[in-house]
Amino acid sequence: MSKRLLFEKTGNGIWISHLDLMRLFQRAFKRGGLHLKHTQGFSPRAVVSIALPLSVGVESVCEILDFELVGQDDLGFDEIKTRLNATMPAGIRVLEVYDSDVKIKHLTHLACTVTLEYDNGIPEGAEEAVRALFARESIVLMKRGKNGPVEQDIIPMIRSVEVSALNAQELLLDCVICAQNPSLNPAQIVAAIEANCPDHKPDFARIRRTRVLTEKGEDFR
Amino acid sequence: MTDKLQRILPTVQKPARYTGGEYNEIQKDPASVRVNVAFCFPDTYEIGMSNVGMRILYGVMNEMEGVWCQRVFAPWGDMEDAMRANGIPLWALESGCPVKEFDMIAFTVGYEMCYTNILNMLTLAGVPLHASERKGLENMVFAGGVCTFNPEPLAPFVDFFSLGEGEESTVEIVSLYDRAKQEGWTKERFLEEVSRIPGVYVPSFYEHIYNEDGTLKEIIAKEGAPGKLTKRIVEHLDDAYFPTKMIVPSTEIVHDRANLELFRGCIRGCRFCQAGFSCRPVRKKSPEVLYRQAVECLENFGASEITLSSLSTSDYRGLKELTDELIPYCEQSKVSLSVPSLRADNFSRELMEKLQTGKKSGLTFAPEAGTQRLRDVINKNLTEEEILETCRNAFSGGWSNVKLYFMLGLPTETDEDVLGIADLVYKIILAWKEHGTAKKRGLRIHVATAFFVPKPHTPFQWEKQITVEEYLRRCRLLKDHFYSKSIDYNYHTPDISRLEAVMARGDRRIAPVLEEAACLGAKLDGWDEYFNNDIWMEAFRRCGVDMEFYTTRGYGEEELLAWDPIDVGVTKKFLLRERRQAYEAKITPDCRSGCAGCGANCLLKERECDE
Repeated sequence: MSKRLLFEKTGNGIWISHLDLMRLFQRAFKRGGLHLKHTQGFSPRAVVSIALPLSVGVESVCEILDFELVGQDDLGFDEIKTRLNATMPAGIRVLEVYDSDVKIKHLTHLACTVTLEYDNGIPEGAEEAVRALFARESIVLMKRGKNGPVEQDIIPMIRSVEVSALNAQELLLDCVICAQNPSLNPAQIVAAIEANCPDHKPDFARIRRTRVLTEKGEDFR
Repeated sequence: MTDKLQRILPTVQKPARYTGGEYNEIQKDPASVRVNVAFCFPDTYEIGMSNVGMRILYGVMNEMEGVWCQRVFAPWGDMEDAMRANGIPLWALESGCPVKEFDMIAFTVGYEMCYTNILNMLTLAGVPLHASERKGLENMVFAGGVCTFNPEPLAPFVDFFSLGEGEESTVEIVSLYDRAKQEGWTKERFLEEVSRIPGVYVPSFYEHIYNEDGTLKEIIAKEGAPGKLTKRIVEHLDDAYFPTKMIVPSTEIVHDRANLELFRGCIRGCRFCQAGFSCRPVRKKSPEVLYRQAVECLENFGASEITLSSLSTSDYRGLKELTDELIPYCEQSKVSLSVPSLRADNFSRELMEKLQTGKKSGLTFAPEAGTQRLRDVINKNLTEEEILETCRNAFSGGWSNVKLYFMLGLPTETDEDVLGIADLVYKIILAWKEHGTAKKRGLRIHVATAFFVPKPHTPFQWEKQITVEEYLRRCRLLKDHFYSKSIDYNYHTPDISRLEAVMARGDRRIAPVLEEAACLGAKLDGWDEYFNNDIWMEAFRRCGVDMEFYTTRGYGEEELLAWDPIDVGVTKKFLLRERRQAYEAKITPDCRSGCAGCGANCLLKERECDE
């Protein structure tokens, strides 16, 4: 059975790209004296697999990484976690290590928050406008496709959006969206607001993945 | 609310290089720090983090109690624009503090084309460019690195230079600063005291006077300032500080691997090579120490690759002992060992075969010149037969990729020498036809020619650089004689090499040009994306400085040279003798075949050269 770990990517760790993160983990395993299974091939590579690549700049407290160790069956989960966390850079932290045979394809939904920052205070009517926007039957955005821009309706990929004012300057969107087949990049939620509510365009938006979910809406593990 | 920088980061390329926080980064409690050093590398993070010298000195300074050394790199253009637009001054990665708040600002200078980055970084930091405009102890700018063996183009901007290897002198310098700060010295007093540390050069203590023809007439040292400035070296490398707990970048850098320095100096004496002379005397680390450091480094870094570095790896006396130990270790821990700079001797061939587990990387030669005559002139002791023999062996072993590096514009070069390159390449193709085993893949020969740049402290320090037009003519001549489709030919941009020549042998009159160019927007000149020759031409024109004076003119042997006060160990007498030998196309055997008497051994007090 392959092992799985749950980790978070926060603070300045959010600027590390997906590829760099893979290498970072490969090295952290090595530093921790944990022998990753290598690919059999011309140039053997340590195998680590991160479930859903996170965009650079997006925070997450629910990242999933699958790995296999060679030998070392006697190592406890906590020991693996401790060894990895001992050499992690700022912002990357392993939360839990466990066995899992739940296939990644069952990770169908993501819970995330989108925080809209308004430097001069939340404009009047913004909260209502954003709520109304996501109550529409369709929101069509242009998306970069393999053969140039394509139209995409994002509403079918949004399970729920709850809007609330976090404080005088920040509007919080609590969202549950599709994670795979098709997947919605939460940045599209911000793009939808910018395109459809130009008067309520935020000065900056922060995105954070909070939970990975199954079809039934339970935590994916 | 998210701060300005965090809002900029999503808009720039590779944001991870601007945030710090990597594993093994040094954090200190600011309350316990008396001296803050901003260690600036005048190029991007990817280049700077690959620099072993910077990693060593970062460790050396942070080992000091009460001292916190933090890293600063040149931002890429997109980040620079955002910084300027948002009024964000240049900061150090560890604390995020602006560079302007630091006590000392250190630069390591390894490449002439990064001079404008130094000025640009000071400007982005909001630190006055000229040493004379910085009145107090704060923002004390000092610099070291191989380029500072002729520091004059940077003289007005830098408070003092630290010449040679910094493991020991940096500690002395920073300790003195610590005392100066505690005792509240003036900057003048500090500079006077620091100039007494061997290897420290305070340019403001020297006045340069010129003849009417523009050559240097006299260098007048202020009272008490040393007339001769001798570079520092570390005698016992085994005992010298070496960081085995190195920062592990979270993003990809140029040399993304552990790096082990085998020895310093070089026994070869290629007459164009600055490092070959200025890094003498030859001192090695013992194989035992290296093995221990390699294992510590790898375990701490988690790297999957380690490289053995030096100027000429085959000349490392302990190479067999070291690799006998290291190869099994690397195999067992799935680390690939790379050994660059191997010569074409028998042991190296065996070693190469041992290292080739599966992958067949290319074969690289740097004959530098196309004919034996010219190779003798430059003292590059590599014969055509050696090259062909190695190629034959490699081809029969399945290799089919060869890289060849040459220089054009070397002293005494004729068209015959240029065509000698084409001839050599042709012979390699024939060797492949005869011995190649992987014929299906086809042969690829990459040929690159660089434009010869005469460098200080070499036997060619007086030489002319040929004109850009002549260089291009020779490139075309060569190109016209490459008939095979297997050949990829590239040549260096001559404009950069010409500037490099000006900077390398420049004097203080180059400083205003640098400043003007930086002001006009010159930066990241080592990058094709940014190098703009027009800016430079405009800067030279505005300053009324003639580039030809520093390039095609050639320097007289009797002439006082701007870098004459700087003693790198190798004597001028020796360099002149080597120059004569060059003109007679006579080689000087390597140091182990007999000491050629370069003089660098005089820098050693406790041991012999190449012991």
